[in-house]
Amino acid sequence: MKELILQTSHISKSFRDPVDVTVLSDINLQLSRGEFVSVTGKSGCGKSTLLYILSTMDTDYDGELYIDGVCMKGKSEPQVARIRNEKIGFVFQFHYLLNEFSVLQNVMLPALRLGRWEADEIRQRAYEKLVALDMAEHAQKKPNQLSGGQKQRVAIARAMINDPLIIMGDEPTGNLDKRNSEIVFEIFLELAQQQGQTLLIVTHDQQFARRTGRTIQMEDGRILEPLY
Amino acid sequence: MKYALLIQISRALLLARWKQTLVAAIGVTFSITMFIALLSFMSGLNQLLDGLIINRTPHVRLYNDIKTSPVQPVALSANFKGASHHFVRSVKPKAERPEIRNSRAIIKALQKDPMVLGVAPKLVTQVFYNLGAVRINGIINGIQPQQEKRLFLFQDYVTLGDASDLDRVSGGIILGKDIADKMMAAPGEVIYVTTITGAMMPLKVVGYFQSGLREIDQVNSYVSMATAQKLLGKPSNYMTDIQVKLRDIGNAPLLAGQFSKRFSVDAIDVQTENAQYETGSFIRSLISYSVGITLLVVAGFGIYNILNMMIYEKMDSIAILKATGFSGWDVKFIFTGIAAGIGILGGLIGLLLGFGASLLIDQVPFETSSLPTIKTYPVNYDPVFYLIGFGFSAATTFFAGYFPARKASRIDPVIIIRGK
Repeated sequence: MKELILQTSHISKSFRDPVDVTVLSDINLQLSRGEFVSVTGKSGCGKSTLLYILSTMDTDYDGELYIDGVCMKGKSEPQVARIRNEKIGFVFQFHYLLNEFSVLQNVMLPALRLGRWEADEIRQRAYEKLVALDMAEHAQKKPNQLSGGQKQRVAIARAMINDPLIIMGDEPTGNLDKRNSEIVFEIFLELAQQQGQTLLIVTHDQQFARRTGRTIQMEDGRILEPLY
Repeated sequence: MKYALLIQISRALLLARWKQTLVAAIGVTFSITMFIALLSFMSGLNQLLDGLIINRTPHVRLYNDIKTSPVQPVALSANFKGASHHFVRSVKPKAERPEIRNSRAIIKALQKDPMVLGVAPKLVTQVFYNLGAVRINGIINGIQPQQEKRLFLFQDYVTLGDASDLDRVSGGIILGKDIADKMMAAPGEVIYVTTITGAMMPLKVVGYFQSGLREIDQVNSYVSMATAQKLLGKPSNYMTDIQVKLRDIGNAPLLAGQFSKRFSVDAIDVQTENAQYETGSFIRSLISYSVGITLLVVAGFGIYNILNMMIYEKMDSIAILKATGFSGWDVKFIFTGIAAGIGILGGLIGLLLGFGASLLIDQVPFETSSLPTIKTYPVNYDPVFYLIGFGFSAATTFFAGYFPARKASRIDPVIIIRGK
């Protein structure tokens, strides 16, 4: 059995406004190191909600979440922020880069916050990540000068900067055309295969999902048993 | 390291949308400019009005009052001591000489007092100005021109000639403007005055003075101490008033009592002498402060509004920062920093512009017959206004940034992201 890095037990969530709507019920999930997992399901099945809970960005839920063996319940907000900073890289559907900073600075920010390395070293690392994603030539540009696919690659570089335990993506290719989707997927695949990076990607693209190591099917807030 | 990073982020966010920053800062600047300019102006006018009285009035005046004796002989009698109550009607004051006894020693003692800024003796006497066959009532003030100039800004009211000429020209007189007009006495001419003892004496006009109060300018004129003593045929220690200027006008009522006891003369402080004036001054200050506070409050709400909007616009950035591992505290720090940056920048520019506006007001002509030395509107450049203005702009912007930032820092980033 491989090392578990993410585990949930009986996670449920419901919105109380205006009537009780259960979005997630009794989610039990385990992720081992090095896995490339996709979460699929129809719109509104709760897959994004689950991802936000797993990424600690949503703290309003029932049940327990363990990241790297540590329970997230009862942690203070700065502690959770620290874990998010150190152990989780996140890629959104709509890029979410800070337009006020250059591409390179965007990538550097989480590492500067973490403070594990010196600023020069962080710059070096950020640059390497950009080189690896073929974005080095755009390092000094502002994010709003980039195309959607390029932005997404920068976001991936940012997610990777702190060597996180796990990279999570919320429909990272959902807003991209075929060619860019392919590029982004290739990057993920390469990360998983060559660096043993753990990945958890939410997608509704079945083609995408099929090519990942494991697919978690969701429906109406529940995880369906694997079909294979 | 951590703070440096957060400050760096604040700065980048500020500079990245500098137009928006500028608009916000201009809002702050405008309020602070108005505050500084208006308060400096109002306070300047106030000081001017205060000065009208305070500058030429001694803080404590020592003199011999004409009054009935507080202890009547009957009270001294052993027969009527104790339980008896005395009714004495029609008490009249004793004939007392108006001069202050032992005046030289008193002046010396006062000059040594550390609370006293300066002492100027004065001899006030009634005269008649002779205008051909007509005699006009007048008052002649014997003064020491140098002291009077130093302590009571006498020269400011001498519109023609120099106060020092009283010392230089033997028998020189500075006439009130209105009496001079009436007598058609030009400088250099000789006028005649009759003293209450009936003696007539020639005096040479060396200048005019104008206090702005017609009542005073029609009656009063000034000569040197020596001339006044000669006029009355009195020795050189004869004086009717000792005027004292204190370092702190607030001590006047207290010290007046002390001086009165110590030198056994009557003493009156400026506050008692000009009670109605005190009230006016107090009310004027009250008005300035109300206006000042109103300005600040209005400015404060403006600043709060601008910053609130600005931070809500940056919700996206807050979500990203939080998603990438910045804590609520970090977010709060960054955005409070932004607000404080705008406040400090806007505030400082506001102070500069306020100062500029004050300088402008200071150049606007303002001529009035009552204030011969004032040519432009008065402005008070008190640094306290600048301190208050700056402190206020910094504090308001801090809170204007702090509250929305705190609110934003508390919510889960997902709520912001979802809301898109």
